[in-house]
Amino acid sequence: MTARPVMSPERSADVKLEARDVSRVFGHGKGRKVAVDRVSFQIQGEEIVSLVGQSGCGKTVLAKLLLRLDQPTSGQLLFNGRDIEAERDLKRHFRQVQAVFQDPFSAFNQFFTIRSQLESCFRLFEQRPPPAEVAARVDAALRAVNIEPREIDGKYPFELSGGQMQRMLLARIFIIRPEVLIADEPTSMVDACSRASILDYLMKLKRDLKMTIVFVTHDVGLACYVSDTIYIMHCGQIVERGAPDQVMTAPESPVTRELLDDIPDIHRDWLGRGAGAGASAK
Amino acid sequence: MSTTPILDVADLRVHYRTRAGTKVQAVDGVSFQLAAGEVLGIAGESGCGKTTLVSACMGLYMPPLFYGSGSVRINGESILGLDREQHRKHVLGRKIAIIPQGALNSLNPTRKVRDLAADMIYSHGDRSGKAEIEERLRERFTRIGLDARHVLDAYPVELPAGTKQRVVIGVSTLLNPQVVVADEPTSALDVSTQKSVIRLLFDLMDRQIISSMLFITHELPLLRHVSSSIAVMYAGEFVEHGRTEQVIFDGRHPYTRALMGSMLSADPGQRGKKPVGIDGAPPDLKHEIRGCRFAERCPVARPDCSGAEQPLRTVAGRAVRCSYATAEPGVAAEPQMDAEPQMEAQP
Repeated sequence: MTARPVMSPERSADVKLEARDVSRVFGHGKGRKVAVDRVSFQIQGEEIVSLVGQSGCGKTVLAKLLLRLDQPTSGQLLFNGRDIEAERDLKRHFRQVQAVFQDPFSAFNQFFTIRSQLESCFRLFEQRPPPAEVAARVDAALRAVNIEPREIDGKYPFELSGGQMQRMLLARIFIIRPEVLIADEPTSMVDACSRASILDYLMKLKRDLKMTIVFVTHDVGLACYVSDTIYIMHCGQIVERGAPDQVMTAPESPVTRELLDDIPDIHRDWLGRGAGAGASAK
Repeated sequence: MSTTPILDVADLRVHYRTRAGTKVQAVDGVSFQLAAGEVLGIAGESGCGKTTLVSACMGLYMPPLFYGSGSVRINGESILGLDREQHRKHVLGRKIAIIPQGALNSLNPTRKVRDLAADMIYSHGDRSGKAEIEERLRERFTRIGLDARHVLDAYPVELPAGTKQRVVIGVSTLLNPQVVVADEPTSALDVSTQKSVIRLLFDLMDRQIISSMLFITHELPLLRHVSSSIAVMYAGEFVEHGRTEQVIFDGRHPYTRALMGSMLSADPGQRGKKPVGIDGAPPDLKHEIRGCRFAERCPVARPDCSGAEQPLRTVAGRAVRCSYATAEPGVAAEPQMDAEPQMEAQP
């Protein structure tokens, strides 16, 4: 891969997240695996950045580093200009950086009602608002994701559909209102009809709450739809970055081209055997 | 299409019985035929009955799923009503086999791939020797593009997702079943692996290892490349059933159009075209529904839609369950654009 121009050392004022030569290595000796390989980037405030790549390219590891669920082997991650390792108060970090994961059912506890779990978000805050305000803010967050609060009263996670649960995860974000949201494949477990609405909520978070969003996905199509900037990852490195239109229309890296080719598009031959391949299989 | 169909499903009705005793009519009067070399794609959102239809077609009736009425025939022979042992030995795996939805979790993690695959042969009454079976497995696993020696000796957890999916396909098709049911075989895979897995399925069809396929998915654009015909399912019924190009490019049922409208496209020309999710949820099948089942969420519903029973009727060469679908393209979904002066819904 060609070396990218080194970014200017002086930091513009609204850089939210910055990575400087971040690497994460698992194992050692023969089993050594470099999951994230000297990655550097700057993410501006109020920007949606997509990390796109095939399974195993290191995008989830990078997301975990940003969440501080894991620590880089080398390099530095800065949040608002401060090293995220330097933050001693984890609660404060999680107030500012939150995540939405792939599987909403494993993200919620099966044994508590959804409402009580949403209310427990307020434990993260320094001061807990009075119960009446807690209830009102939970209701408002639920309405923000188009769910009538009465519908989920007394319900447990397994009583809702995947699409609804994914919206519950987003309702949490509407309550906590972090500065940065890491969305790790939030749409891969929901069906195509709910997918469009999940993406709309992400854009709403950016627009209304001025949130910075890191969107992790394997589907370039989704990434182009939501994001302002796309990073293509391959084998732990960012091999291409740019605006969606530029990445889609003039991909530089062969990895990007391959990712684009692999999306089934109804107007292009995909399997190399003509349309309605089943018909010709005889 | 004049030859007898391989799979013939006629007016199949199955239901679930909940613990409270209510009956949920999950599949309600589904009929279709599948000829040799054909791939039928079944599309619909979560909870529309796709997976239930699969179990019903395979004859897997285990409580709380119960058989109601209708027939399922493979090569003219009914596969329903056999006793369980007969069914397992002679139907499953031989006539019809499934590639399950959570294929990545469907391999027993405590056994090597070799033993899992050999079980498939032994459990169907084959008493071949060990060496012979080893030979067969090697040959088949090599054919599906795997490093047979390495894979057969591995435990499922040691294999990457794409390879695991290939192993599942390999084991499912080991006895050369006539019909393969692929129930969302690629929804857990990334786009690149998805492509290679689908290539493999077609390769198996080309080599006559399997003769036809039912492909279940919620991704309509994928079906454009995979299937020869498509059935769109909603609330236990087929709402539109026709050739692939008809359904994809010129859907006549409002639900088909809504489903297509909620898809994102990576096509630069389509960028900026906003995908529209379908609001609301499918109807609760615990209650009997009168009239059109999609009426509540239909963007072009008219006042009489929810009262009138909607039979499948032929419109522009395909079957559609909407009384307002017409022979000219586009009429049902965009009432404001066409000049049809019939009873107009709300503006």
